[in-house]
Amino acid sequence: MATPTDDEAVETTPEAPKPQATSAPAATSSPWDTTLRASLGIVAPIAAILLFWWSFGFLRSSTANRLLIVAVAVVVGVGGVFLAFWAMDRLVDWLPAPFRERFRPYVFVGPALVILTVFLVYPVINTIVVSFRDANSKGFVGLDNYRFVFSDPSMLRSIRNTATWIVFVPLVAVGTGLVFATLADRLRRGEAVVKSLIFLPMAISFVGAAVTWRLIYSYRPQGFGSNIGLLNAVKTGIFGGQPVAWLSQQSWNQNNVYLMVIMIWVQTGFAMVILSSAIKAIPDEIIEAARIDGATEFQVFRRITVPSILPTIVVVTTYMVINAMKVFDIVFVLGNAEANHTEVVAERMIRWFFIQGNDGRGAAIAVVLFIAVIPVMIWNVRQFRQQESIR
Amino acid sequence: MTVTAPVPPPDFVATAPRKGRPSKSGILGVSQAGWFTRITILVVVLLWLIPTLGVLITSFRPVELVETTGWWTALSHPFHAGAWTIQNYRDALDTGGFQNAFLNTLAVTIPATVIPITIAAFAAYAFSWMDFRGRHVLFVLVVGLLVVPLQMALIPISRLYVDGASIGSLRIIPDLKLNGTFLGVWLAHAGFGLPLAIYLLTNYIRSLPSSIMESAKIDGASHFTIFWRLVVPLSVPALAAFAIFQFLWVWNDLLVAYVFLGGAPQTQVLTIALANLVGQHGENWQLLTSAAFISMLLPLIVFFSLQRYFVRGLTAGSVKG
Repeated sequence: MATPTDDEAVETTPEAPKPQATSAPAATSSPWDTTLRASLGIVAPIAAILLFWWSFGFLRSSTANRLLIVAVAVVVGVGGVFLAFWAMDRLVDWLPAPFRERFRPYVFVGPALVILTVFLVYPVINTIVVSFRDANSKGFVGLDNYRFVFSDPSMLRSIRNTATWIVFVPLVAVGTGLVFATLADRLRRGEAVVKSLIFLPMAISFVGAAVTWRLIYSYRPQGFGSNIGLLNAVKTGIFGGQPVAWLSQQSWNQNNVYLMVIMIWVQTGFAMVILSSAIKAIPDEIIEAARIDGATEFQVFRRITVPSILPTIVVVTTYMVINAMKVFDIVFVLGNAEANHTEVVAERMIRWFFIQGNDGRGAAIAVVLFIAVIPVMIWNVRQFRQQESIR
Repeated sequence: MTVTAPVPPPDFVATAPRKGRPSKSGILGVSQAGWFTRITILVVVLLWLIPTLGVLITSFRPVELVETTGWWTALSHPFHAGAWTIQNYRDALDTGGFQNAFLNTLAVTIPATVIPITIAAFAAYAFSWMDFRGRHVLFVLVVGLLVVPLQMALIPISRLYVDGASIGSLRIIPDLKLNGTFLGVWLAHAGFGLPLAIYLLTNYIRSLPSSIMESAKIDGASHFTIFWRLVVPLSVPALAAFAIFQFLWVWNDLLVAYVFLGGAPQTQVLTIALANLVGQHGENWQLLTSAAFISMLLPLIVFFSLQRYFVRGLTAGSVKG
């Protein structure tokens, strides 16, 4: 990001009036000026293109020195992208006057639209097309891939497991977050500290979180060293008996729950922080009034706090449902999903598309995920339209 | 900062973070935390801290102790000679290749944060203060794209990187050879981060007072000058909020790096190196924990130093798909 210009300087010395911004540039500027600007207008874009061309080749070869790559990357990322915008803006100045201001907005918004089209709009269409094709996305296979998605035992398990994830994780995380936010709100001191400690796992990657919890669930069979997992120590310490291989306990979907705990651990802080700021926005008078009327703390929570922040609860829950639907890293890193019956949909997608190299099946699984978020998409757009109409 | 809808209100990022106001104990003093509340809070905080603590302690214990006793035993006699070591970190950084992975992660993360912000800021200015055909429709499209699952983009983009694209037999995009390159990952992250960036920055930039823009225009400033000299400096809070969100998102990402960059030792990022380590040395806990901590270090520093912005970025990120 560029260094912000000094505010004062901006307000007191606005850029000197630029002739090209007014309607008749050629009439007011000297021939020298015109030639200078002409050469600049031509040279700058060419230089920008050459710079991009060179850096493209340089950055594509990943063998060059790491630090040098980082440096070039930052220069191209910050300077290059900015320079490209500047050069395009200059080019527009050379259009005939009537077109200039009509065309300029597309210089500003164009690159974003190109990237969105290439990286999101085109892929959505292409994935849908590929989902009706075979493994190499050559021949048309009709609904075969979808038939596979809804008949393969492992796929069916993954759908069932994901369904459990999207119910269980948001429920526990939002519930815990809500209760904790309410309780912490009453602390006279240390509220910020306890909140940031709960929030801390949010900064850790799912891979890091998976490793962290793998240590807690650690199990070694007899003869393979001592058991150093905390959960097994607690279990054998309190209930006695043998240590347990937690992550392969399939009865009652136990091991799935152990994986969900990891995501709950990561995301509760997020729910808590947002709900906490919503709770603080409830006017004091309402709560005081209820207390004067003799409401117990629990009644205040149930009849005032929860209803007042219900919209926030809905948003946070929706966010968590979408996140849980796409969970991949945790299941993937903790390995052997098929043997342990812990498959989830997003993990199956990578398994089929990337590891087995079956584009058709991978695409069909992705489309299933996509269809699941379409209601949220429609809701978002509707909500946005409503706000626009109020504005 | 209250979220009221998945599409946050326009002043979302603009609102100053609420300072913790005086406790609610008020005149009645009913709501002060009692013993029950305090103990519950303490228990929950401990439960949440234990996993991270376990990793941190294990990573500083010598391998013989890690192999034979649980990490919590170190707490009972923390001052024994030979109870602690930094050898694990040396091993992880040198032989484990985590030094290289750390640099690679930086090389991926910084541009993958900066590029989308620059592009989105220009677009947000156009959506807010320029008049053009299709402005409204295009912005609705951006809102719609917010929740598209990443998985939808993986197959077409990786095919584009490896084979290019063609309609029938007509090749419209050549083989880009971007697979396994940093450039490919940056562009992918830029693409996936753009909808949220445009959405947030537009909401912020649109709420800037129009009188400033108009007076600058009267003084003859071009759009480019207004954008660069006025709008960007005024939008620093929103830019910072998104930058932190995107930085942590890219730093912690496994999926995009796994598909577009792969696990080659020269290019692998921290998340991939760590995931590979679990597969190859799953029981070498002294190595796993120190490696895990190396991968968490920078996010934790960012987290503790910029928590306020981080919260704003995350709150804003709740609309991302």
